[in-house]
Amino acid sequence: MKFIRNLTLSAATALALTGTQAIAAGAEVHVHDVDFPFDGMFGSYDQMQLQRGLQVYTEICSACHGLEHVAFRTLGQDGGPALPEDQVFAYAEFYEVFDQALFDGEGDFRPATPADKFPGSNLSNAPDLSLMAKSRAGFHGPYGTGLAQLWYGMGGAEYITALMTGYAEEPECALEGEPMDGYYNTAFANGGFPASCKDEHGKHKVPGSWIAMAPPLYGEDIEFADGHANDLHHISEDVAAFLMWTAEPKLNARKEAGLTGVIFLAILSVLLYLTNKRIWAPHKGKD
Amino acid sequence: MSHAEDQADSHEGTRRDFIYYATAGAGAVVTGAAVWPLVNQMNPSADVLALASIRVDISVIDPGTQITVLWQGKPVFIRNRTEEEIAEARAVDVSTLPDQDAGNANIGPAPATDENRSLDEAGQWLVQMGVCTHLGCVPLGDQGNFGGWFCPCHGSHYDTAGRIRQGPAPANLPIPVASFVDESTLQLG
Amino acid sequence: MGGIPHDHYEPKSNFEKGMQTRLPIIGLLYDTLMIPTPKNLNWMWIWGIVLVFALVMQIVTGIVLVMHYIPHVDMAFASVEHIMRDVNGGHMIRYFHMNGASLMFFAVYMHIFRGLYYGSYKSPREVTWVLGSLMLVLMMGIAFMGYVLPWGQMSFHGTAVITGLFGAIPFVGEAVQTWLLGAGAVGQPALNRFFSLHYLLPFILLGLTILHVWAFHTTGNNNPTGVEVRRTSKEDAAKDTLPFWPYFVIKDLFALAIIMVLFMAVVGFMPNYLGHPDNYIPANPLATPAHIVPEWYLLPFYAVLRAFTADVWLVMLVEWISFGIIDAKFFGVIAMFGAIVVLALAPWLDTSSVRSGRYRPMFKWWFWLLVADFILLMWVGARPAEFPYDWIALIGSAYWFAYFLVILPLLGVIEKPDQAPATIEEDFNAHYPQKADGKAAAQPAE
Repeated sequence: MKFIRNLTLSAATALALTGTQAIAAGAEVHVHDVDFPFDGMFGSYDQMQLQRGLQVYTEICSACHGLEHVAFRTLGQDGGPALPEDQVFAYAEFYEVFDQALFDGEGDFRPATPADKFPGSNLSNAPDLSLMAKSRAGFHGPYGTGLAQLWYGMGGAEYITALMTGYAEEPECALEGEPMDGYYNTAFANGGFPASCKDEHGKHKVPGSWIAMAPPLYGEDIEFADGHANDLHHISEDVAAFLMWTAEPKLNARKEAGLTGVIFLAILSVLLYLTNKRIWAPHKGKD
Repeated sequence: MSHAEDQADSHEGTRRDFIYYATAGAGAVVTGAAVWPLVNQMNPSADVLALASIRVDISVIDPGTQITVLWQGKPVFIRNRTEEEIAEARAVDVSTLPDQDAGNANIGPAPATDENRSLDEAGQWLVQMGVCTHLGCVPLGDQGNFGGWFCPCHGSHYDTAGRIRQGPAPANLPIPVASFVDESTLQLG
Repeated sequence: MGGIPHDHYEPKSNFEKGMQTRLPIIGLLYDTLMIPTPKNLNWMWIWGIVLVFALVMQIVTGIVLVMHYIPHVDMAFASVEHIMRDVNGGHMIRYFHMNGASLMFFAVYMHIFRGLYYGSYKSPREVTWVLGSLMLVLMMGIAFMGYVLPWGQMSFHGTAVITGLFGAIPFVGEAVQTWLLGAGAVGQPALNRFFSLHYLLPFILLGLTILHVWAFHTTGNNNPTGVEVRRTSKEDAAKDTLPFWPYFVIKDLFALAIIMVLFMAVVGFMPNYLGHPDNYIPANPLATPAHIVPEWYLLPFYAVLRAFTADVWLVMLVEWISFGIIDAKFFGVIAMFGAIVVLALAPWLDTSSVRSGRYRPMFKWWFWLLVADFILLMWVGARPAEFPYDWIALIGSAYWFAYFLVILPLLGVIEKPDQAPATIEEDFNAHYPQKADGKAAAQPAE
């Protein structure tokens, strides 16, 4: 009896804590855990990695995608890329923004200042990247319990890494039917999928699906000033880390606050435990 | 025996009190730490603070001309003055002015000399709020009886240092906090 | 207040005496704080305080968030991001509010199952129980409307689905749905009114909380034995009880501190774990997310809603009897609300003369099965509606109704309960052996 009760209780706790998960649509996708510096309870952003990621974003992603929720000034913030002030000004000036106040209210374009935000996407089908790393989950399950996310985290940055490195040769089954639009990617779940790659139950025989975006990164297409490795895997991780920062710029501060809060509340718990014990002692025959 | 017991009792009592006080103290600290963010969130947010200071490229302003920029919702006049304008402004006897305070936020209360109103030593740069001190209209440049600014609403005349000389306005045009970042860049705020 | 005999507030100073004859608020607070409380309450009697704390926390953080939030379809999403990025400490306040909803539901489910196990719903505490059930429904409404406000993909399409439930009502459904949304579809009118109600209703919930507390302060607390406090004399009552302050206040605060450690860890280290990534995508009426799933705390009831599909014979029977007025869609809606109604009716469905499940050998098994069933429904509510999940949901839903409508009434008749202790004092002393003079020390020697 007691055993069953304990079992139910722990299952209850586990489930209650895990909550809702998206179930990957028909497609299976390959997302592997990456050991990012910001993972885990004590993880924080690596300033140099964010700066490299910013470079990848600037030179490649920004051609089509935008970061409409991110202000240039935040590039200089602690816990972010932490660019020096003059570099933030210089970086912002690369971009033009529309200012309604110019020309007596008619508006005109002017070079951006740190107070401005990155422009939005240039292509209608290129999503804004500000929150990309939080709007995707790399890990699911098992069986809809969400326990995987408890171990690995939500996996948004891992998903982006997997997507950047997930372009592959079209599988043979795809060559049998009509040619597919887009590019085959093993990490992309919700794209087009040829009927010839499904079995008789509609189950997908190959992972991933077809994505409209051409492979954006090849590796060795960027030179980092700090001489960091620039193969495909490394630049993918760097840009994924940068996008995690754009999605959650206060991650470092949040974890610090969380840790401080946990420690203080734990101390308070111990003191309240002792107080409670003392107050009750006379009535529990333990004075 | 009883003496020893008494001592043990009071010792016990002190320890008990200590735990109660420590608990109450820790509770107060945690409560305070929880309340502070709720207060602090009403302070200006990062985007508001970012707009509190702007940078202006002044290399495009030729001598004898001015630009108007919008800063914190109000116009600011930035004028590159000619030698004549400077000389004219410096020739004025301060004691004859209607408003004898420089009105310069960078230096605080000071006599309304031209030196106290211009941003640089030489007096080349004059930066001032473009809002008439009478009823808030925007004065026009290079006009009026004193070669400075003229407010069309009620006819206030300002001189080439932006000081009120004639008309209903009570004070000189205020000078905002401003500084040079480098030779061609001015920072307001 | 209260039928338990005890010392009432005596004003001492002239000021207190003066206040007592004019506005007896000190006396009210004193009597509330010093109310005699059964001294054998265990650690499942903490959730009420946790809930009061969480409700106040939600109201305070909510008021603060409203200072920065903009209820407009074009600006709502960006204003939430403004809170997360620019407002001083805004990201922590928002994560507290977001996860605070989960804290409240976790606590309320523990609170409810505590009540179900120890028979807290039974006479004379029916009013407390029905008020509580009402508060659960209100909480669900508040949580749902709050989820709409960030105006993400889940907000938008979740609103479409939930208001669609009302569209299932025969004859007037469409009109009701249009009335709720203020338009033919989810848009600015819906966002504005949900914002207004999400601000208002928590204060109603707070008012109901006061009634809820008032009700059980009048009947006295239940306790793990289900045996009532002796009211024969002040001395007898004092043997069964201890004043709320400081004994239970400190105990509850200790439990609250432990829970807040865990809550702080969730907020600090995995604030988005309980949420859905799709809600970080701005609302787009033209594209529906692959799976619309409510937040975890609504899943058991969502599972009941989906369980009764058109191919279940009961649904077919009802549809046939009602000449097609109650179709499968409406049946699901009735079932979902019915799942809470049967919970609220527990005081009249349970026929057992024994209050606490501790002394009901057969009841225990059915109760833990109900707990497992609730968790099962929570899990299956997030699974796709396909085999075998549809069957699991149907069996799970059936057990939920069977527990209240069949098992509770029958058990009272066929079960032979164990002997409960005569008094609370007896139960307490069995746990904590007292010395003969009723005062100090002495654990039993080896």
